[in-house]
Amino acid sequence: MKTELLGIIAMFALTVAFAIPFGKYIAKVYSGDKTPLDPVFNPIEKFFFRISGIDEKSEMNWKQHMTALLTINFVWFLLGMFVLMSQGSLPFNPDGNPSQSADLAFNTSISFVVNCNLQHYSGESGLSYLSQLFLMFLHFVTAGTGLAAAAILFMALRERTTDKLGNFYNLLLKSCTRILLPVSIVIAIILVFNGTPMTFDGKDTIVNMQGDTVGVSTGPVAAFVAIKHVGTNGGGYFGANSAHPLENPNYLTNMAEMIGQMIVPIAMVFAFGFFLKRKKMAWMIFGVMTIGFLVLTIPTISWENGGNHAITAMGIDNSSGAMEGKEVRLGSTASAYWSIATTVISTGSVNSMHDSFTPLSGMTQLLAMMTNAFYGGCGVGMLNFFIFIILAVFISGLMVGRTPELLGKKIEGREMKIAMIVALLHPLLILAGTALAAAFPEITSGTLNNPGFHGFSEMLYEYTSSSANNGSGFEGLGDNNLWWNITTGFVLILSRYIPIIGPIAIAGLMANKKFIPESAGTLRTDSSTFGVMVLAVIVIITALSFFPALTLGPIAEYFSMR
Amino acid sequence: MKNQNTSLFQKELVNEALKQSFIKLNPKIMFRNPVMFTVEIGTFVMLIVSLWVLAGEKSQGSFAYNFVVFLVLLLTLLFANFAEGIAEARGKAQADSLRKTREETPAKLVLSNKPGFGLDTKNVMSASMKKGDVFICEAGDNIPTDGEIIEGLATIDESAITGESAPVIREAGGDKSSVTGGTKVLSDKIKVMVTTAPGESFLDKMIALVEGASRQKTPNEIALTILLAGFTLVFIIVCVTLKPFADFANTPITIAAFISLFVCLIPTTIGGLLSAIGIAGMDRALRANVITKSGKAVETAGDIDVLLLDKTGTITIGNRKATHFYAARGVTENHFIKCAVLSSIADETPEGKSILELANLNPSVYSNLNNPVFIKFTAETRSSGVDFDQTRIRKGAFDSIRNLTVNAGNKFPSDIEQTVKDISSNGGTPLVVSENEHVLGVIELQDIIKTGISERFERLRKMGVKTVMVTGDNPLTAKFIAEKAGVDDFIAEAKPEDKMNYIKREQESGKLVAMMGDGTNDAPALAQADVGVAMNSGTQAAKEAGNMVDLDNDPTKLIEIVEIGKQLLMTRGTLTTFSIANDVAKYFAIIPALFIASIPALKGLNIMNLNSPESAILSAVVFNAIIIPILIPLALKGVAYKPIGASALLRRNLFIYGLGGVIVPFIGIKVIDMVVSIWL
Repeated sequence: MKTELLGIIAMFALTVAFAIPFGKYIAKVYSGDKTPLDPVFNPIEKFFFRISGIDEKSEMNWKQHMTALLTINFVWFLLGMFVLMSQGSLPFNPDGNPSQSADLAFNTSISFVVNCNLQHYSGESGLSYLSQLFLMFLHFVTAGTGLAAAAILFMALRERTTDKLGNFYNLLLKSCTRILLPVSIVIAIILVFNGTPMTFDGKDTIVNMQGDTVGVSTGPVAAFVAIKHVGTNGGGYFGANSAHPLENPNYLTNMAEMIGQMIVPIAMVFAFGFFLKRKKMAWMIFGVMTIGFLVLTIPTISWENGGNHAITAMGIDNSSGAMEGKEVRLGSTASAYWSIATTVISTGSVNSMHDSFTPLSGMTQLLAMMTNAFYGGCGVGMLNFFIFIILAVFISGLMVGRTPELLGKKIEGREMKIAMIVALLHPLLILAGTALAAAFPEITSGTLNNPGFHGFSEMLYEYTSSSANNGSGFEGLGDNNLWWNITTGFVLILSRYIPIIGPIAIAGLMANKKFIPESAGTLRTDSSTFGVMVLAVIVIITALSFFPALTLGPIAEYFSMR
Repeated sequence: MKNQNTSLFQKELVNEALKQSFIKLNPKIMFRNPVMFTVEIGTFVMLIVSLWVLAGEKSQGSFAYNFVVFLVLLLTLLFANFAEGIAEARGKAQADSLRKTREETPAKLVLSNKPGFGLDTKNVMSASMKKGDVFICEAGDNIPTDGEIIEGLATIDESAITGESAPVIREAGGDKSSVTGGTKVLSDKIKVMVTTAPGESFLDKMIALVEGASRQKTPNEIALTILLAGFTLVFIIVCVTLKPFADFANTPITIAAFISLFVCLIPTTIGGLLSAIGIAGMDRALRANVITKSGKAVETAGDIDVLLLDKTGTITIGNRKATHFYAARGVTENHFIKCAVLSSIADETPEGKSILELANLNPSVYSNLNNPVFIKFTAETRSSGVDFDQTRIRKGAFDSIRNLTVNAGNKFPSDIEQTVKDISSNGGTPLVVSENEHVLGVIELQDIIKTGISERFERLRKMGVKTVMVTGDNPLTAKFIAEKAGVDDFIAEAKPEDKMNYIKREQESGKLVAMMGDGTNDAPALAQADVGVAMNSGTQAAKEAGNMVDLDNDPTKLIEIVEIGKQLLMTRGTLTTFSIANDVAKYFAIIPALFIASIPALKGLNIMNLNSPESAILSAVVFNAIIIPILIPLALKGVAYKPIGASALLRRNLFIYGLGGVIVPFIGIKVIDMVVSIWL
């Protein structure tokens, strides 16, 4: 147990140690400063801009940015629908997998375009290699979209008055080539050396202990799994995701994938500090996020290590923790750590079955997605956190008797309206979605793996995961049918784009405002006091919105099991 | 009138507020406040449910329980209305007492205006006067309405408005030409032109603001309303979705429980007190004898970054005083002082008088001169003095006396030249005295800085407000006084356009500027400043240009105004935090109560160990209702502002109102539950 704890402490420490210099590098990439990788990427990017006819120097205002973002996302969605619905007759399909149905293709395409990767299919039988490659492309560009959006936010928050916020395509391309690609290559190499397949051949075969010959799906897994984590996508190559031995062969790859998925979101926090020259504020944000992360992680690890007393009561040894649904090679501690990491940042890849965790651990996973602001997804984590900062700045500005201002810009009615809409959207989508599902038990109850409170948690989890753009599942749910494909599809669209457009709009409005230099009366937004305020706002909004739902799900289950 | 310490709840005010609490139940009025409007809908639903139960419905619990919930919700509404009502009544009472001073007074209306006072007049009532009319006031007359003196000079008792008993002098032309209705002429005669028609004066506008007729929400209030509406929406979502959730878990929830949960969760505390806080802010300004033209001005005052203050009267006591005599080498001190006094006998300026005071000589020394000829100060000679017998004594600025002596072929003594320089660099003003074109010595005049003023500037600095002194002095003197008084910056040799330019420059760098002024030449700067406070004694133009009028003519009033503005925002912020923090405890009271019947295991959530589901729900709504009247005094008085720096202030308020807001309802609900459970 002690070694396992050391393992996750090392994982976290390494992540932060890598993230700080990487954040500095990201800040340089977005401000256009020289980096050591310039000789490699400058010609590549020039080539892309030449063939596409994009002038990367022409700057956009926030509305033009959003138009570009939405347009290109829509094109990706259409391409996705086409590839998935006709993969059966397209090349690179050695295993002869069939085309997807329209509703499944809709859900899959949406969920990959919005960086959620809900996956109502299994990769082994549901996708051709071409589709896997296309989804891998989406892994890059959708994470790049989130990063580009965060970069727009950074540009807007600089100390000046402007509406010129850089070029969207330039930010998008650089996010993919200079930020996501290098890290992905490193992770992919680690994976390949530890046994993850990287091939275009069809199924391999093994002879099992009973002497039967079993087909084993392979493919370009290593490359796919690397960007799946680095881009906080989470959509696995195989149905079992990172619990699958070929996606995540051993403890070392588990560490690499874990670090891979946390590094960009954490580095973005530091990039914010380096870019705006507000390192102290970056540390404040990192501090709040880390406290939130630890408050969710530590109890989860302790509950999972403690095991399930219902199983103990049956006379089964529980000393290695609640191992139902967990991989023995990874252990309960690393699985518990992963389950929270993957839910706070919107990866949603899993190395264990979240459905099988003890009830309160299910609740912490839910809470991680309900807050959706502790580190968060690639770029979008910062955007989500920004909304909470706006709300905290407003309330605390009032508390010190000064019209609220953030980074030298006043926060007024319009900004509050947008921030409130974005903050409201998340509970609305989760609660209204779950309420709809609960209101039509004749449709949904057949898809649930469990009756009662746990079944309720399964529904709640599915919408929470969709709305948080997470993509993990309480996998008891039979989710590949019209109801789940369509409803979650719409939740996905709304919960991706509104929380991007909202913060960017606020930042765009702020960028246009007059810059007010700080005075002694200005509330410092980089102090620990303000950090406490932000944390309080996050906790209160989440706790207040989701407490009743959680009561009827994991909390009721927990009390019933005692 | 000033500083009258009225208790918060005077009987007649309470009666008026009680009446208003019911009048304001009108949904049309309620609609302005989205939080309380939803409570009103909930109350109405509970009334229907109560009647439904009375008609025989069995699934919703007893009639008594439903009806009590209805009554408590109704009380919540009435409490919120009462808060607004009492704030309005207080503001109105304050304004009325000002208005009383200007009841119908007879006026001597001039029929056709010509220069001089021997004109035909007609006695009319003040209410019938129009803008542009001219009237005459003599000693003993009450001034019928606001106006500007166009001819004459008078001493006026303004105590009815300012509470200051010392009479003031008001005269035509210049910056002290305004008179206020309700004040009394003590001596002399003035001819006044009416500047505002009755009913349109600043005071009337202010009363309308307080009464809510023309009260518009300030930008900050709008932003806060959005936040509160957002929270209300969240809880609508929470409560509406809870219905299918509960059905899924087979736990029926009564309508009373739903509505109670909803009303408890939405921020009714701040929602109910919000408008009272705003009105109380204007009322506090009025109590400080400042008339504000809009609520926004008070709020902006709290945000001020830069404060422009005139040196004279604000930082220093009115005028310079003589503080030292320095005799030239070879001149006896007694002779020099005597001559200095002689040069100042006829000098009526405060500086001249202060020379006599400092010398403190027996009047016999200078009272029997032979045919003295007093030479008045002129802009050309820049000196004054006296001629008698063969003696010519002059007193004046350094360069004018130097010219005088050098032209007469005498040498200007080097020691005096040095003393003059020293005095200047110490912020003083040197006056050189000569006798028959020989320099005798130099008198030092010094500005006297008001006691306690540097502490006030220190307080402002801690608030983050930069103070700027505006003076006509030369830069050297200005710098010295600025340093001594502790202001952050100064504008020396200031012309009116310098003020204007300074304000514009600061505003361009994003700062909010406040200034105080009285003269017509201040008007553009007053209009340009974000907060312009005109003195009531100032010209009409200045009063029109500013967005506040200070009835006391007290230049340090700006400091108070800044604090009032900050208090207003802080009261809103802290009560919002308190209101939302309350929800934690309310959840722990109501949620177990909702489900405990069907899911007994959830009794583990009943951490307050409340008696029964009904008592838990009732306790929560009762707490939610009574917290409003309990907080009314705080809303009206405002949260105390301490200039301890923004972060420290946030920590303090977060601790008191955030943490307090979490803990207090746990205790409150538990206590109420213990009482309620006696009957249940």
